[in-house]
Amino acid sequence: MYLLYPDVHISARRKAKLFISMPPNGHEHRYFTPSANTVVRLVILLAVAATAIGGVVAFEVFKSPFVTRAGIVEPQPVPFSHKHHVSDDGIDCRYCHTTAERSAFAGIPPTETCMNCHSQLWTTSEMLEPVRESFRSGQPLRWKRVHNLPDFVFFDHSIHVAKGVGCSTCHGRVDKMQLTYQFAPLTMEWCLSCHRQPEEFIRPREEVFNMNWEPPPDQAEEGARLAKQYHVKDVQTLTNCSTCHR
Amino acid sequence: MIDRREFLRLMGASLALAGTSCNVSPPVEEIVPYVREPLDIVPGEPLFYSTVTTLGGYALGILVESHLGRPTKIEGNPLHPSSLGATDVFAQASVLSLYDPDRSKDVLRNGQISTWETFSSDIRKIIAAQRQNGGAGLHLLTETITSPTLAFQIGELQKTFPGAVWHQFEPIDRSNERKGAISAFGTDVETVYRFDKADVIVSLDADFLLGRPGSVRYARDFIQRRRIRQGETGLSRLYVLQTTPTITGAAADHCIAMLPAEIGSFAQELISMSSPDARRSAIIEDLAAHRGSSLVIAGRSQPPAVHAIAHAVNSALGNVGQTVYYTETVAANSVDSTESLSALVNDLDAGRVETLLVLGGNPVYNAPADLHFAESLRKAGWAAHLSLYNAETSAHCEWHLPATHELEMWSDARSFDGTASIIQPLIEPLFNGRSPHELLAMFSDSPQAAGYDVVRRFWRTHGIGTVQKTVPAGPVPRTEANVGSANANSSSAEDNIADRANSFEASWKQALRDGYIRDTAFSPKNVSASAGPFELTGSRPTGDQRSFVLIFRADPSVYDGRFANNGWLQEMPKPLTKLTWDNAALMSPATAERLGIENDIANTGGSHGQVIADVVELNLNGVTLRAPAFILPDHADNSITVSLGYGRDRAGQLGNGTGFNAYALRNSNAMWSAAGLNVAKTTERFSLACTQNHTNMEGRDLVRIATLAEYEQDQNFAKRDADDPEKQISLYPGWEYNGHAWGMAVDTASCIGCNACVAACQAENNIPVVGKTEVMRAREMHWIRIDHYYENGATLLQPVMCQHCENAPCELVCPVEATTHSSEGLNEMTYNRCVGTRYCSNNCPYKVRRFNFFGFADYETPLVQLQRNPQVTVRSRGVMEKCTYCVQRIQNAKIKAEVEGRELRDGEIVTACQQACPTEAIVFGDINDPDSRVTRLKREATNYGLLAELNTRPRTTYLATVRDRNEKMMEKE
Repeated sequence: MYLLYPDVHISARRKAKLFISMPPNGHEHRYFTPSANTVVRLVILLAVAATAIGGVVAFEVFKSPFVTRAGIVEPQPVPFSHKHHVSDDGIDCRYCHTTAERSAFAGIPPTETCMNCHSQLWTTSEMLEPVRESFRSGQPLRWKRVHNLPDFVFFDHSIHVAKGVGCSTCHGRVDKMQLTYQFAPLTMEWCLSCHRQPEEFIRPREEVFNMNWEPPPDQAEEGARLAKQYHVKDVQTLTNCSTCHR
Repeated sequence: MIDRREFLRLMGASLALAGTSCNVSPPVEEIVPYVREPLDIVPGEPLFYSTVTTLGGYALGILVESHLGRPTKIEGNPLHPSSLGATDVFAQASVLSLYDPDRSKDVLRNGQISTWETFSSDIRKIIAAQRQNGGAGLHLLTETITSPTLAFQIGELQKTFPGAVWHQFEPIDRSNERKGAISAFGTDVETVYRFDKADVIVSLDADFLLGRPGSVRYARDFIQRRRIRQGETGLSRLYVLQTTPTITGAAADHCIAMLPAEIGSFAQELISMSSPDARRSAIIEDLAAHRGSSLVIAGRSQPPAVHAIAHAVNSALGNVGQTVYYTETVAANSVDSTESLSALVNDLDAGRVETLLVLGGNPVYNAPADLHFAESLRKAGWAAHLSLYNAETSAHCEWHLPATHELEMWSDARSFDGTASIIQPLIEPLFNGRSPHELLAMFSDSPQAAGYDVVRRFWRTHGIGTVQKTVPAGPVPRTEANVGSANANSSSAEDNIADRANSFEASWKQALRDGYIRDTAFSPKNVSASAGPFELTGSRPTGDQRSFVLIFRADPSVYDGRFANNGWLQEMPKPLTKLTWDNAALMSPATAERLGIENDIANTGGSHGQVIADVVELNLNGVTLRAPAFILPDHADNSITVSLGYGRDRAGQLGNGTGFNAYALRNSNAMWSAAGLNVAKTTERFSLACTQNHTNMEGRDLVRIATLAEYEQDQNFAKRDADDPEKQISLYPGWEYNGHAWGMAVDTASCIGCNACVAACQAENNIPVVGKTEVMRAREMHWIRIDHYYENGATLLQPVMCQHCENAPCELVCPVEATTHSSEGLNEMTYNRCVGTRYCSNNCPYKVRRFNFFGFADYETPLVQLQRNPQVTVRSRGVMEKCTYCVQRIQNAKIKAEVEGRELRDGEIVTACQQACPTEAIVFGDINDPDSRVTRLKREATNYGLLAELNTRPRTTYLATVRDRNEKMMEKE
């Protein structure tokens, strides 16, 4: 502050000899030394640069896994491996996530679903004890939520599945995850990257649950064709605020 | 002291520390699946269960929305004759009472926490003692009972204890109707009206549109004949003679303010069908001209003779069987409720009551003051009160027993036409409550019986399943006794039993799914009305120079006081007065002038929701009560109306201390009006929270109205230049809508101002309650309000919510694009972008935007959060909000249609206000669809835009009111 209003802080002025010189006649007469302008310009420039850099850093930090938790594994009550169940055993996504096609929520399997197999397999495994305990006691397993959107965002699985958005598009190669983590940053920018250009991501409906699906070389045309076939709404409608925020 | 450098160093260090330690990522939440998933539940999709809610014993059919086991919202049941898909304000708000944190949670004995086990061992002793003397000292006090099962249980109890006495008390009762029916027909009957068949209706102080048995259905039937559409004519005509302004009066073509005695003399003129008064004889002529299609209806506050006269007149006019019919009474045991309570008081005073079981109700608070019920109650040997709240009556009983809410229990009830329905629970009892069935079962052979078993056993043996398709062909007389004979054709006894079991199971499930039991509506009963003469006995209060007439009315928000702790209802602007959180002594402008009463309206910023009222002292027979005076146009002169249900001291944290207790002046010989009231103005003043205190349109055409003659002359009477698309010009480029374009049409002729939409919106959209202080600062949060204006002797109503303008003034001024225009024409509000500048609200000409000045939403109380709609964001402090056209319903319906690969159907998206509306005044839909209901309504000649002259091009438009007023009355007015 005292740079611009030199008469405010007397004590500060004394320390800042650079800016003020005192004529010897004792008659107080204040003026800036010629270098003061440069210094002020420099400081302003630096301040602007620092704000900009700070902004960019903050922006990047908020997109980074530090904030988005993408790629970070939370400890779960049972170290469930999607890799084993999907790749090795060949279980379809919908065996456990039963409502992905008809509800906003894909569904987390009840203990009963685990016990369909594990009443026969690995019945003495210590790792599975919490599952058996839950089944015996009727107390549910308490998983840590991996994908957590803010409360003002309303995501619906069923419509994405119906429009040919594959599981792996948002959840990544879950079939290769030993322990489950969040693949995508789940930022609004990331959501919009598809809502603005759905044709880049849409796949045939029958491939939605296929983890190995790769976009064909002509995805741009194929995706556009599918978007038309599936009546995917225009970009204006897909990017209405109320599409996600209610 | 620290110097500047030290300070900065510390600041820097703490900032750096905060930066590293503060976790900016969202908190890790848990996800908890079922152990065994119920079959029907799809997480994320709500389920709807049909049940009924009761008011004064009478059932209203509802569907309850349940999210993973939490009931969140009440809708009407389209199949139920009492509802036809609509609800009233009380039903909408009842879900909030379920989650009221002030509900009673513990069994109390003399105020100390006890248990049900201790109570049941105590009651075993009581039963043993009562068995000795045949129950001679056993008394039961209930409210009006329409539940067939409960009536049966009480009957069984009386068989076991022949000396037991059953009393019933209901402060808002039908004793006058009962006595009137007895003097007209010799027996008590229920009167059922067919407003859809009536061309001329005369209401003798009957507010049939709100808070009375069947009023939701009656509103639908009545309004069917009140709206004008192209190519349709035949409006009905309603005359209302009333003392206190009601919404029925507001809907009338001719509403005359009269004192109760004057209404009585008019009733007597109806007998002779002639009147010396020109206006009255015009009404009588109109009635006479519509034999068989007219209707006279008397209100519950009218003395029995007026009811008897109404029956006689309807009979004489040939209306019976046309616009009105009679059935057996819906109440299981119809009694005069005041007499019944007086009898109990006599027994109490005589020391004859050893055991008193009070099932529900709150007589210590709401019994007539002259009975001094609280004092008498102390003389009971043993008393227990089963109640939702630890209320005034509980404090006077040895035992207080927490009751279950209607959404937590199995029961049954009948509606206005006799239709019986099963009440099924939506949730396990949240607290330690038991239902009245379970309490009465304690007196039976199976004291541990669950409510479910009691109700099922009753219907298994008493009638459900008699009218199933599995029943062999041939006429089967439907009486309650012939359940067993329904399958008489079966070959063997075993088959018979199995068939009956199957038939019962099927019909039980059917009844639960439909929400009512088929063919249980009472059939019309043949009774002939006596022609009189009917003497208007008792006090016939008239206001004179010295004293006033005091009128008691059920409160349109808290009813008889049972909803006093319901925040939605407390903050609901009452019809016509628009008061919240208080009752007041209502009086006409002339009476106010006579008393020197003034209402000052605070118009300064920050307090313009306030009416500063003079406090008056009401003195009736030596009992005084202080009340703020509120001036209400159209009130009868020389009379003062007070509404019941306020001034409670054990209602809960919201209800305690609001308003004044008008029951203090209510005596058993003058339950609805009392003469000889002395009123004195005091120097005290009181601030009332009032949401609309200017009721003059100031020459603007906000609500447009015409008589039928004017309409026939010029169908486009409501159109102005601004409503002509040709004349709408704009500097801004227009919007293009290729897909849907949502719009709404609101029929001002259909709106009766019952507030059901306001409550429905509040429940659907997680709208917080702000409290009286904030309402006085005009900070109430309702997204929809019902404006009312007085114009040329008519009361005009207009629901106003966000109009979703094409040229929305709010969108242009938002600096952060938090409010934007969607590709479907919605004016969207994005809470997470809003920084709270409130520019949008300042620029909105309709004043429909609401700002969270404080953290109004309760994030703390887990119980209250159970009610929240998971489809709608709960808004935090500093955020603007407003009507979204229920965008969550739009999106969910769109998604459902897309997933099913089909087009959206018209009528698939119903906004919360539209769904609740008893009169279908609100219609929502796609205006790009030329055949949609809303488009057709917008094509009506009477369609106009509110403040369209501002070139906002509102998406919500209004249909003007057309009323078929009686020329003769108008000449004489």
